[in-house]
Amino acid sequence: MILSPKISLKAFVALLFLLVGYSFISFSQPQPIVNNASTEQHVEGEKKKIDVKEIIFGHIRDSHEWHLFSIGEFHATLPLFVILYNPAKGFSAFLSSKFEEGEVAYEGYRMINAKDVELDKNLVEGKIVAVDGSKVYDISMTKNVVSMMISLLLLWFLMTGIAKKYKKNGINKAPSGWQNAIEPVIGFVQDNVAKPYLGKHYLKYMPLLLTFFFFIWINNLMGLLPGGANLTGNIAVTLVLTLVFFVVMLFNSNKYYWGHIFNPPGIPLGIKFILVPIEILSNFLIKPAALAIRLFANIFAGHTIILSLMCMIFIFGAMNQVAGYSASIFSVAFSVFMFFLELLVAAIQAFIFTNLAAVFIGQAIEEHHHDDHAVDTHKSNS
Amino acid sequence: MDLLLPDFGLFFWMTLSFLIGFFLLKKFAWKPILQALSDRENSIAESIATAESMKIEMSNMKNENELLLNQAREERSMMLRDAKETKEKMINEAKEMAKEEANRIMIEAREQINHQKNAAIIDVKNQIGTLVIEVAEKVLRKELSNKAEQNNYINSLASEIKLN
Repeated sequence: MILSPKISLKAFVALLFLLVGYSFISFSQPQPIVNNASTEQHVEGEKKKIDVKEIIFGHIRDSHEWHLFSIGEFHATLPLFVILYNPAKGFSAFLSSKFEEGEVAYEGYRMINAKDVELDKNLVEGKIVAVDGSKVYDISMTKNVVSMMISLLLLWFLMTGIAKKYKKNGINKAPSGWQNAIEPVIGFVQDNVAKPYLGKHYLKYMPLLLTFFFFIWINNLMGLLPGGANLTGNIAVTLVLTLVFFVVMLFNSNKYYWGHIFNPPGIPLGIKFILVPIEILSNFLIKPAALAIRLFANIFAGHTIILSLMCMIFIFGAMNQVAGYSASIFSVAFSVFMFFLELLVAAIQAFIFTNLAAVFIGQAIEEHHHDDHAVDTHKSNS
Repeated sequence: MDLLLPDFGLFFWMTLSFLIGFFLLKKFAWKPILQALSDRENSIAESIATAESMKIEMSNMKNENELLLNQAREERSMMLRDAKETKEKMINEAKEMAKEEANRIMIEAREQINHQKNAAIIDVKNQIGTLVIEVAEKVLRKELSNKAEQNNYINSLASEIKLN
């Protein structure tokens, strides 16, 4: 790090305040926009409608642009790279601003917007389709992808910085700065997750467990930042994490693991017919699915609750201005509480994912010593 | 419910980035950090073991020192005792010798006194002898002139002589 820790801390706090400030702008601004839109639609102006679902899912869903804040009709958004592959046309790449909120088609593609969804409920807003209806593979650098790469870069600089510090200071100097902050976490993963479940092979799995833990944690925290992407609350992300775990588990599993699934020892034949399908389901579907869905659902729910609490202000505000202001007190209090809870959940979910991955891998590599005639020649690696 | 269906693009990028990130972090961050942590753990354990053995060694040395000290103390007190004994012995010997010497001198003195006394007695006896002879001579001379007077004279002379 070039900056001294004191200055970088101040810069970090300032950035945090700036982002919190932005968030209040972006949270407080949907009201006039929606009001304007709804007054246009309902010319009588009797009832102002707020599309809560749209606001919440707009924040939770992945997007081709990074919406930072809006003031009135002005939307501060970062256009992101759209990368498309069409088997007939090949690759095309351009900025998402070319679509102009789905109003314009570009290079034969267009983005579905709210008006299309109103016409056909099966369509998904923000999705890119080919105008001629042919198949398109969308590998755009969406908000989630960019957010993930930022997190990975942060992780990279943080962790290699720490590694360099160890190299520079040697092992006998007391850790300082980030090194001091991260070292107990690494020690925690090593002593409370890896060692108890993985036994003597724990060091082999430490890099994976640490990557899981810090990747999930940093992305959970990034998601809590105002304007942050809901990355770990996205099923695709948790699915990849789980698949990585699953592949590692299967590649390192030993014959006892497979033996316990397809031929559980000491069980009568009749029961085996029931038990084996259950074991297969449990090991190849339920365990990984539990990992993926638990993380996804927790983070998704946390975001939804905070956004819902914020939307309450505007729902009440749309009914009555006084009701809106009084609801804001409770909403803000509750969402501050939820934010702290989510800070906790961010770490807890990272820990739970890592912990369960370690437990499942531990079960797959466990050596059973009760039939010990085969143990001596056995190797746990595939 | 598009939220429950994984998006292909994100899936693709996530797989790619996570795997690259994992391998890079593993090589450049986790391996050195874990290595450093385990090195430090070992060095701390070693230091503790060394300290423990040093402690034992120290206590051994302390025991040895105490033993030596005790020995020295004992030796000192033994030497003191010896010295005291020697001193007393010497004093006693000296006293003994002085006594003997005094006795010897006394005996010698007494002998000398006796000797001189004897000599004096012999001298007196000799003088008495000569006196007796002189008296006898005078008596003999007087006897020759007067018998009676001679006798008186002898008597008077005899009464004069006082032995002791």
